[in-house]
Amino acid sequence: MTQPMIEIEDLSISFGLGKDRVDAVKNVSFTVAPGESYGLVGESGSGKSTILRALAGLNPFWSGHMAITGQKLGAKRPRALRRLVQMVFQDPFGSLHPKHTVDRILSEPLTIHGFDDVETRVRAALDRVGLGPVFRFRYPHQLSGGQRQRVAIARALILEPKVVLLDEPTSALDVSIQAEVLNLLTDLRQQLGLTYVLVSHDLGVVAHMCSRLSIMRTGEVVETASADELSEGRLLHAYSRQLLIASRGYDTAAIAAFGDF
Amino acid sequence: MTDWAIAVTPPRWRRWLLAETPHSRLQARLSRTYLSWVTFARNPLAMLGLIIVGILVFLALFAPWIAPHNPIAGDLGNRLQPPGESHWLGTDQQGRDIWSRIIFGSRTTLLIIFMVAITAAPVGIAIGATAGYLGGKTEAILMRLTDAFLAFPKLVLALAFAAALGPGIENAVLAIALTSWPPYARIARAETLTVRSTDFVAAARLSGASDLRILIGHIMPMCMPSLIVRVSLDMAGVILIAAGLGFLGLGVAPPQPEWGAMVSEGRTQILEQWWVCTYPGVAIFVVSLGFNLIGDGLRDVLDPREG
Amino acid sequence: MDKDPILEVEKLNIRFNTPVGEVHAVRDVSFTMGREKLAIVGESGSGKSQTGRAILGLTPGKVTAQKLAFHGQSLLGLAEQQWRRIRGKRIAMVMQDPKYSLNPVMTIGDQLLEAARDIKEGAAARQHALGMLAAVRIRDPERVFRAWPHELSGGMGQRAMIAMMLMAEPELLIADEPTSALDVTVRLQVLAILDDLVKTRHMGLIFISHDLNLVRTFCDRALVMYAGQVLEKLTASELTEAKHPYTRGLLACPPEIDHRRSRLPVLQRDPSWMEPVGS
Repeated sequence: MTQPMIEIEDLSISFGLGKDRVDAVKNVSFTVAPGESYGLVGESGSGKSTILRALAGLNPFWSGHMAITGQKLGAKRPRALRRLVQMVFQDPFGSLHPKHTVDRILSEPLTIHGFDDVETRVRAALDRVGLGPVFRFRYPHQLSGGQRQRVAIARALILEPKVVLLDEPTSALDVSIQAEVLNLLTDLRQQLGLTYVLVSHDLGVVAHMCSRLSIMRTGEVVETASADELSEGRLLHAYSRQLLIASRGYDTAAIAAFGDF
Repeated sequence: MTDWAIAVTPPRWRRWLLAETPHSRLQARLSRTYLSWVTFARNPLAMLGLIIVGILVFLALFAPWIAPHNPIAGDLGNRLQPPGESHWLGTDQQGRDIWSRIIFGSRTTLLIIFMVAITAAPVGIAIGATAGYLGGKTEAILMRLTDAFLAFPKLVLALAFAAALGPGIENAVLAIALTSWPPYARIARAETLTVRSTDFVAAARLSGASDLRILIGHIMPMCMPSLIVRVSLDMAGVILIAAGLGFLGLGVAPPQPEWGAMVSEGRTQILEQWWVCTYPGVAIFVVSLGFNLIGDGLRDVLDPREG
Repeated sequence: MDKDPILEVEKLNIRFNTPVGEVHAVRDVSFTMGREKLAIVGESGSGKSQTGRAILGLTPGKVTAQKLAFHGQSLLGLAEQQWRRIRGKRIAMVMQDPKYSLNPVMTIGDQLLEAARDIKEGAAARQHALGMLAAVRIRDPERVFRAWPHELSGGMGQRAMIAMMLMAEPELLIADEPTSALDVTVRLQVLAILDDLVKTRHMGLIFISHDLNLVRTFCDRALVMYAGQVLEKLTASELTEAKHPYTRGLLACPPEIDHRRSRLPVLQRDPSWMEPVGS
């Protein structure tokens, strides 16, 4: 078997101490192959975003085993390893610094990592996400939600990562813009051979983007399925099935039958 | 908001400033400043404040040419003249022209304000942002220090410092600056606490930015708007403390004109020769008001809470 | 659905003054509604929220209309005092996020009583409030009555919010993306409550949403808005047979669970959609 891109084993994440302790993620394990796109689905409080933040190195309170390209992740990460994992956040209004131009947002990571062809790379990055040079000196408030998310994607890709973590990347966007951004993400994964972990509450988005997925509830994985199993409705767990029914729209009879999980 | 607007064609310089697609860093920055200015200029009271402060700056810069008389040399034959043709605002007990002294006094006032702003605000933001961002022990130590300073009434603390350091404009500035930074530190810390958990700071950390880079490049710019507003609102207070120090003889050394000291000198004749202390008092009032109006206007521009 | 309309809107226009010029956010919107679930659908910036707010006189923009009448009474140029007799009493509004709509320093119970202050008092009001909480399917009304807003989950908060809006038994409820912040299952449960209320209390509901699939399965009729105009009026269940390319494009965009495509169709915006819709 080839070396998995991401290995997660027995990952647990908790916040607080003593009786305030909240176990946000409990013993979660999964692996993602190079070039694969993996989905984490669940409702709020399921711990799906918490896993993503821990994987990105934004949350130090975890235990278990995590590795990227076979390199074990510890409390401190060397800069080179950090570069490999980048993230696209949910809220395009909160993830770009409101007082920085697109130019600064894209060039700062390059300066930090000592790239010398900043100019060319910034232009190429804008091109790659379909924005072009006219957007370079705009501030985030001069961009639409979709354009902001494209800038966020360009920023995530500018350090040439291997893994891109997508935290509900389109849930704040209009459906027509969502389609454009999802298509862009699909293309970029193919062109650059990226590995994705996509977090979403939207089964449709996950079915479209991912080949495998884990359905989560209150910090635990209730079911792991392939995208085919999801789209053919072959889910085993009652909670997963209820999620599936709920995503199909309003139906009085189905709602009356909802269980409490 | 809606992305299509129906606008009348503005002149070329305005089109350049309002361009949807700036072509350089400079244009982007100028266009942002211009939009803020348009919002500010729509507020008539803020504009009034700006005019008042503008006049103050003008008087201070061109004092020797504007003042009709020497502000320091007295004419004892002309003591306590009421306002009239040759002395618009009258003369004081040493026969000095009050209008000229107010004009020269504006230099002192402006100098104190400027010095306090450039010393107290940076200290406050550095302490507050560092405390808020790093948290833990650093925060506890820095914020307890801030609290200790805040526990004293500002004027009393300034008086103590000024008395210990001796009179003089530098010492007055130092005394006021030492008592002004704690509120700025608190504001900066509060802003930092909200900014530190945002996604754009998380993104900066993912890009490998150091704590110092994040503090200076990402967090401090977000603290600036509320700080600028607060500093401009505080300017009125600084003027009053400076005047208070002057009134008590702890400000500028005597023959130099200073508004607070002028009020103090005139207080013995307040009933018979009212103009001696009234006019400097009016000057203090008007300039304080001017800074307050500017501060309110800036708050609307820089600190709109509706996101 | 009875004959006389609850709300009549004719050529509603909303304009905003901005530093860059005037923005004409809502253009000549007209519709009439009775006791039904009417959806206003569109993307952000389509003017759907401003239209909803204008009905309650809550938009910051300049509102003009040939007619804006609630049960025949004109809502144009009402004095603040007259508005107070309508807002929250005869027409109520539910916003997207309960976090910002509930007062954090008042218990849920106090807020419910406050909402019905002019109608009922004392024990009767309390009874009414508990009944309302039960009506929005809160299982333990007594506990929620005493709870503070921060003690409630998002779904619970939104239900409490709806209960509060219904305290005065309004004749028209405007719900602006009332369930977008909620999880899918909770979302449907909240919708079921609204559905119930429309049926049992004969209330009119304006449902402002961007989710066409939800509107198709939940509402009676739908207005499709784009760039401030109503492009199309449809029976909600026949949304899939929409004529306008914009509506059709919107319907095709979202990824589907059981019909996977390698690429999603992208909406090609036609500048002609911005042209005034011919009368």
